[in-house]
Amino acid sequence: MASASPFSPPGFKFTNQVRNDFLSNKGVKLPKATSTGTTIVGCLFRDGIVLGADTRATEGDIVADKNCEKIHYITESIRCCGAGTAADTEFTTALISSNMELHGLTTGRKPRVVTAMTMLKQMLFRYQGHIGAALVLGGVDSTGPHLFTIHPHGSTDKLPYVTMGSGSLAAMAIFESDWRPDMSRDDALALVKAAISAGIFNDLGSGSNVDACIITADSTEMLRNVVTPNEREVKELNYKFRRGTTAWKSENIRSLVVTEEVRRVGDEMDTS
Amino acid sequence: MSIMENNGGSVIAMVGKECVAIACDLRLGNQALGVSSDFQKIFPVTDRIFLGLPGLGTDVTTLKELFRFRVNMYTIKEEREIEPETFAHLVSSTLYEHRFGPYFIEPVMAGLSKTPSGGFKPFIAATDLIGCLNFAKDFVVAGTASSKLFGVAEGLWEPDLEPEDLFETISQTIMNAVDRDAYSGWGCIVHVITKDQIVTRTLKARMD
Repeated sequence: MASASPFSPPGFKFTNQVRNDFLSNKGVKLPKATSTGTTIVGCLFRDGIVLGADTRATEGDIVADKNCEKIHYITESIRCCGAGTAADTEFTTALISSNMELHGLTTGRKPRVVTAMTMLKQMLFRYQGHIGAALVLGGVDSTGPHLFTIHPHGSTDKLPYVTMGSGSLAAMAIFESDWRPDMSRDDALALVKAAISAGIFNDLGSGSNVDACIITADSTEMLRNVVTPNEREVKELNYKFRRGTTAWKSENIRSLVVTEEVRRVGDEMDTS
Repeated sequence: MSIMENNGGSVIAMVGKECVAIACDLRLGNQALGVSSDFQKIFPVTDRIFLGLPGLGTDVTTLKELFRFRVNMYTIKEEREIEPETFAHLVSSTLYEHRFGPYFIEPVMAGLSKTPSGGFKPFIAATDLIGCLNFAKDFVVAGTASSKLFGVAEGLWEPDLEPEDLFETISQTIMNAVDRDAYSGWGCIVHVITKDQIVTRTLKARMD
């Protein structure tokens, strides 16, 4: 909407920069953005890629969202897990997803995983690490299955099994001991579940449920909340208040129902 | 001293059975000094969407006007009212535009969205100061009392509350949380949105 105006160019705005710099020079602390102090993983198996993620979002030491989605859509056969600043992973993957769709349309081919990886690393490198997105990118294209990690400064790795986020050490411990080449789909999914669970239970920044995504040459299966080891117990009592508990000073009721009343005005017409 | 604590203030939104509620405190302070007890942080966007803007007072006013402008532009161009989900993305991308020089605001949205069958579905969402969306099924909180609001709401909220019960639950949640926060308080206001009416009540709260 804003880009329709010639006076408001697209891209980031820096109108608050002077004010915010002034405030931080006066010693006021700038607040923390939501981050996904996450466990995200990906691993290669016989016919494709399995991606995994936990579902906790944190704001400092507060759990801001207990069941968020960290596996983002790039194309039908490419997905991307995000760790780091939550808004950055969300918007970066959405932007690349749009550009991949357009790229597919202009070339008339199914876009490749390396293309997404290159777009992401070039964007992140351009912003010199200020966009705090740490990503695990995986998918299957005409050249086979591919799995990458992309760091906030734009460096990339291509490996058969990868982990990222604050729970990466816990998850990598599982991968290092149990990953084998040419695993079956079920074994790979079980391994990813185990790796994410290791993050959920051993890393404070990760928690709640396991999400997974299985990408093969002919299908993409998004498995939302495949494992829910932290279901909340049903409350034994309810804490409903008796109606009228809260004292209030004034009330305003705005009705959204449109009422119409037809009234006869004057004498009835003489139709005799 | 955090910039969010400069003027104080908190907002909470909750889902009920075919209804939503959103509440805020009424304090505007200058650090520890109370300045106003009638500073509303919740603004109507359409008939069925309310937007709460806790954070730095100057940005509350600026963004209220900015969203009013952008929603009006949307309404004129699309010739229809904006849906809550769409509005949430408008808020999110507006804040992310200012990723490297943000507004100090943590918006909370509550509304009823139209379903294809012609009914209404409760909708609540919140974002952080750079626009990371959080769609919740139960409740969302923001502001200086957010940690307290999380605790009380987690204990008191339950699914499928009727509008009158939801009013009691959200009112007790915000009042008890805000009374344990030095930067929020000085009165509360609650809006309960149902499919055919909006009930707004000013609560009798502690004024210290």
